[in-house]
Amino acid sequence: MSAILINQLLFLVVLIGLGIPLGFYTYQVMSGKHVWTSAFLAPLEKMIYRLLGKQAKVEMNAKKYTFSVLAFSFLSFIAVMFFMLLQGYFPGNPNGAEGTSLSLAFNTAISFVTNTNWQAYAGETTLSPLTQMLALTVQNFVSAGVGIAVLFALLRGFISKNSRNLGNFWQDLTRAVLYVLLPLSLVIALILVSQGVVQSFGGAVETYLLETGEKVLVPLGTAASQIAIKQLGTNGGGYFGANSAFPFENPTVFSNFVENIAILIIPVALIVSFGLFVKEMKQGRTILIVSFILLVLALIGVTMSEYYMAPHFTDVLANGNLEGKEVRFGIGWSSLWAVSTTAASNGSVNAMMDSFTPLGGMIPMFLMQLGEIVFGGAGSGLYGMIAFVLLTVFIAGLLVGRTPEYLGKKIEPFDMKMVCLVILTPPILTLVGSMIFTLHPDSAAWLGNSGAHGFSEMLYNFSSLANNNGSAFAGMETNTTFLNVLGGCIMLLVRFIPMTAILFLGENLGKKKMVAVSEGTLSTTNGTFTFMLLGVILLIGALSFLPVMGLGPIADFFIHS
Amino acid sequence: MKETESRKAMMVDALKQSLVKCAPLIQLKNPVMFVVYLGAILTTVLYFLSFMGIKDQSAGFTLAIALILWVTILFANFAEAIAEGRGRAQADSLKSARKEVIAKKVKSIKALDQVTEVISSDLKKGDLVYVVAGEQIPMDGDVVDGAASVDESAITGESAPVIRESGGDRSAVTGGTTVVSDALVIQVTAESGESFLDKMIAMVEGSARKKTPNEISLQILLITLTLIFLVVSATLLPFTRYSSALSGSGSALSLTVIIALLVCLAPTTIGALLSSIGIAGMSRLNKANVLAMSGRAIEAAGDVDILMLDKTGTITLGNRKASEFLPVAGVEEFELADAAQLSSLADETAEGRSIVVLAKERFDIRGRDFKALQATFIDFSAKTRMSGIDYQEHEIRKGAADTVKKFVMEAGGTYPAECDEIVAKVAGLGGTPLVVVKNKTVLGVVYLKDIVKNGVKERFEDMRAMGIKTIMITGDNPMTAAAIAAEAGVDDFLAEATPEAKLQLIRQYQEEGHLVAMTGDGTNDAPALAQADVAVAMNTGTQAAKEAGNMIDLDSSPTKLIDIVRIGKQLLMTRGALTTFSIANDVAKYFAIIPVLFYAIYPQLDALNLMGLNSPTSAILSAIIYNALIIVALIPLSLKGVSYKEMPASQILRHNLLVYGLGGLVAPFIAIKLIDVVLTVIGVG
Repeated sequence: MSAILINQLLFLVVLIGLGIPLGFYTYQVMSGKHVWTSAFLAPLEKMIYRLLGKQAKVEMNAKKYTFSVLAFSFLSFIAVMFFMLLQGYFPGNPNGAEGTSLSLAFNTAISFVTNTNWQAYAGETTLSPLTQMLALTVQNFVSAGVGIAVLFALLRGFISKNSRNLGNFWQDLTRAVLYVLLPLSLVIALILVSQGVVQSFGGAVETYLLETGEKVLVPLGTAASQIAIKQLGTNGGGYFGANSAFPFENPTVFSNFVENIAILIIPVALIVSFGLFVKEMKQGRTILIVSFILLVLALIGVTMSEYYMAPHFTDVLANGNLEGKEVRFGIGWSSLWAVSTTAASNGSVNAMMDSFTPLGGMIPMFLMQLGEIVFGGAGSGLYGMIAFVLLTVFIAGLLVGRTPEYLGKKIEPFDMKMVCLVILTPPILTLVGSMIFTLHPDSAAWLGNSGAHGFSEMLYNFSSLANNNGSAFAGMETNTTFLNVLGGCIMLLVRFIPMTAILFLGENLGKKKMVAVSEGTLSTTNGTFTFMLLGVILLIGALSFLPVMGLGPIADFFIHS
Repeated sequence: MKETESRKAMMVDALKQSLVKCAPLIQLKNPVMFVVYLGAILTTVLYFLSFMGIKDQSAGFTLAIALILWVTILFANFAEAIAEGRGRAQADSLKSARKEVIAKKVKSIKALDQVTEVISSDLKKGDLVYVVAGEQIPMDGDVVDGAASVDESAITGESAPVIRESGGDRSAVTGGTTVVSDALVIQVTAESGESFLDKMIAMVEGSARKKTPNEISLQILLITLTLIFLVVSATLLPFTRYSSALSGSGSALSLTVIIALLVCLAPTTIGALLSSIGIAGMSRLNKANVLAMSGRAIEAAGDVDILMLDKTGTITLGNRKASEFLPVAGVEEFELADAAQLSSLADETAEGRSIVVLAKERFDIRGRDFKALQATFIDFSAKTRMSGIDYQEHEIRKGAADTVKKFVMEAGGTYPAECDEIVAKVAGLGGTPLVVVKNKTVLGVVYLKDIVKNGVKERFEDMRAMGIKTIMITGDNPMTAAAIAAEAGVDDFLAEATPEAKLQLIRQYQEEGHLVAMTGDGTNDAPALAQADVAVAMNTGTQAAKEAGNMIDLDSSPTKLIDIVRIGKQLLMTRGALTTFSIANDVAKYFAIIPVLFYAIYPQLDALNLMGLNSPTSAILSAIIYNALIIVALIPLSLKGVSYKEMPASQILRHNLLVYGLGGLVAPFIAIKLIDVVLTVIGVG
């Protein structure tokens, strides 16, 4: 247990140590400043703008920005659909993968465009390397880029006065992808290759099993490059069906460490950039503290549950609940990953969620149900968190007898409407989505488990879909037309309703003047506020999900204890 | 005795109103309570269906739930009705002042004998009316001719009559007030239905009460929460059916139970009390004799962080007092005192009288025989800016230093440099120097002291702690102003203030993101009043000032602003406190209900029944009974507002979070358990 503790502590220290400088760098990139990488990348950036023409130069208000985001996402959707349906006709298909079903293409396209990376297929058998590369990996980059772009559009609203301008979407997207995501994933891909992650255009390799001599096909592919960005961009869609539990994706403890850092580093860095961008590091600090507290609490919870809530044997090297876990990662690294991947809306797994103890599985599920705001998705996590900050500011403002204000901006009815849309959409979609599923006559048959655990399985998957996470509680039959369509719609709504609300919130904030700070101004950086923010996040999450948790993991827990 | 009777009448009225308010259209205005309303209707229907064999739950249980929900609605209606009732009582007394009278319409000031009699409600803007002693002023207007004392008690409650005269800052009259002496010619400025009295009645009745921005924001939040809880409860129906299929035991929840859960979770406490908080806030303001033209203004008052206060009357006592005689070299103090006293004997101003008092205290100089002296008094005039007395061969003058200096030099006298020094010294101490000359010889200076009011310094310190900056506005020179500002402890001052300078200052602060409040009464204050975020016009002020302001202070008290800020903050705090309380309550309600909800499917969940509630029936009943009772329990708080002390925001937040957040978490655990015990004892559940 103490080894686990030291490992996890080391991880957190490295995460902060790397996240802060990356935050400074990202801040400079997103405010259009010259950075050291500009020497190589600026010419490329200019070329992209030239290709985009006039669109890349204009200042955009919320309407234009939203339109650009939606138009871009729609084109991306079409592109992914195109590759998935027609991959049989294209080269780069050594295993001869056929075009997929329409519903799977629809589901997968939305899944990758919305940064969810829910996978109703196994990558190595269903998709060709070309599709993985040109359709999915590209989306891994740009869907994360869109999230970051929208975040900074919102932040511009906070710092501008009497202005509707939120910046230019194409520039934001280009800079986020070109300066932040590409260089970082290059570095990580190289590290992963060094650890033995496969990177090949070749087809499956024929080999014989040592024990039985049976002939098997071992699929290869362009995994390292895709995995680097799948972790960095909070995407999570594995190259292989078994995701990061598969040795070809995640062979060593070191590769696991690097990938796990990659899952959280951009959300951490963005919080730092936020503080710099609004010229108040303390504001970023508050959010960082709240996110870390929630992360650490969850980590303690999952690790303890996995360690102690399973039968213990004497004279056995590894104790605790090891079912569904890779022996090379053990309880410590698996728990850390489970928490990281659900805190950030990543969704990749290195152990099977289905096999976690009831509480060990409940905590990751709850992290998603909080709205993917504990670090959350690239960009989207932080803007979701800001919505919760505004909600807390609103209640706290009333409690001290002043119209609530945050970063010098008064929070008025329109802002509250947008904030409520951001907060309301995920829980409603989670519950309604689950409800629709249960109403389908075959739904019980699709589940891999029965009883409370079966309910958990269903609830986990819908929490994942309705929060753009993408991880799955293994066992459920996911590739059905019904679920593909239902899941696709949920992912679409939960991505773009809050996103649009955030952009309009940004514009509305930008139109306002700045309110001067005085003793009567509510501090949003002191301990009381930090505590209150934590309370509001947990309370809204608990109030929305306690009853269903009662039917799922909580019941599961009491049955088995 | 009378008080208790009227109270009783108010209660009876409120009870009646609670029933009237059950109409669907009225319920629809409050979305949170509307959900409860639908729940009540639904459970009632379910109860009646049970007679036809369609059984949802045991009929008795359904009936109990339905009844409790109806009571919950009545409680919410009652809270609103009682708040409205308080306003209505005030409105009734105002309405008695707004009666139709016969007005004497005249063509011009010169033709007062050619009167046409018209009913007051037919008067048009610009009409001239003639009102003599004993008559009621028919409509709001400006005095264009004459001066009279007017009894304004119908509006202000103040029984001493006030002077209204043409020209100047006391020309505005209000319809419904009565001329007590003399006569006035009034030009009508408002028509029937939009007069001051009409507006006032509408405001206190609450009929003109529009939702304020913060109220709308809060409403949005409450609707959002209700929506989430609606989905949370509604989806439990299929979820429990599904779960019972998965686990092979138990059954789907009944509709009655789901409705009970929804009502428990929905923020009904704040939803029920929200409008009464708003109405009560308005009537607290009315009680302070301030009339807000909009609810928005009260909220803005809570946000104000710059208070512009007139020096005279607010920070200092209205009148300056002579405190010292400062003779120049070669002049005895007695001589100066004697001359000053003599010149002030006929001076009716407070300053003049204070000189006489000081001379008596110091040298026992008393009244004189004016006839023997053959004295003529020279009154202060705006042109000479001096007053004094001529007697026998002597002339004594007193006045501001620069005027007296000019007067002496022109007369060929000498003005000693020492006098300038004394004048500067007095001004530096925050006083007003009054130079006295006798026959071209400067005798010395009378030191008129501004008396800073008791307790203002402490008040300003509190304000500072709350983050409100106080700025003193004065016509004094900067040196005098600085001294008084320091003594009174204001943060800043504007000396030699002109209306333009005031306006400029407000704009500048607003540019920096501040919210500015000010009071004003004169016509020249109107631009600044119109610019300020919270502008309190004195009721004694001009029509222009009243129109420019967004609040009217019927007492015309300069310190009223401070009370207004307090009322504004208290209003928001009460909303925040009850919202926090309401949401925090849900945790306990969950712990009461969830274990019993799923008991049939997963009996193991009984481990969560922390309160040890007796049975599923009593647990659910206890929770919704608590839900209803808490509304009634909190009505007094919603009417009175939460307690409020001037403290920095962070302290207020900590305090209120502890009381209403933590309190909201703990209180229902205890209360629900108690109700459960009572229910068990009387044999329910």
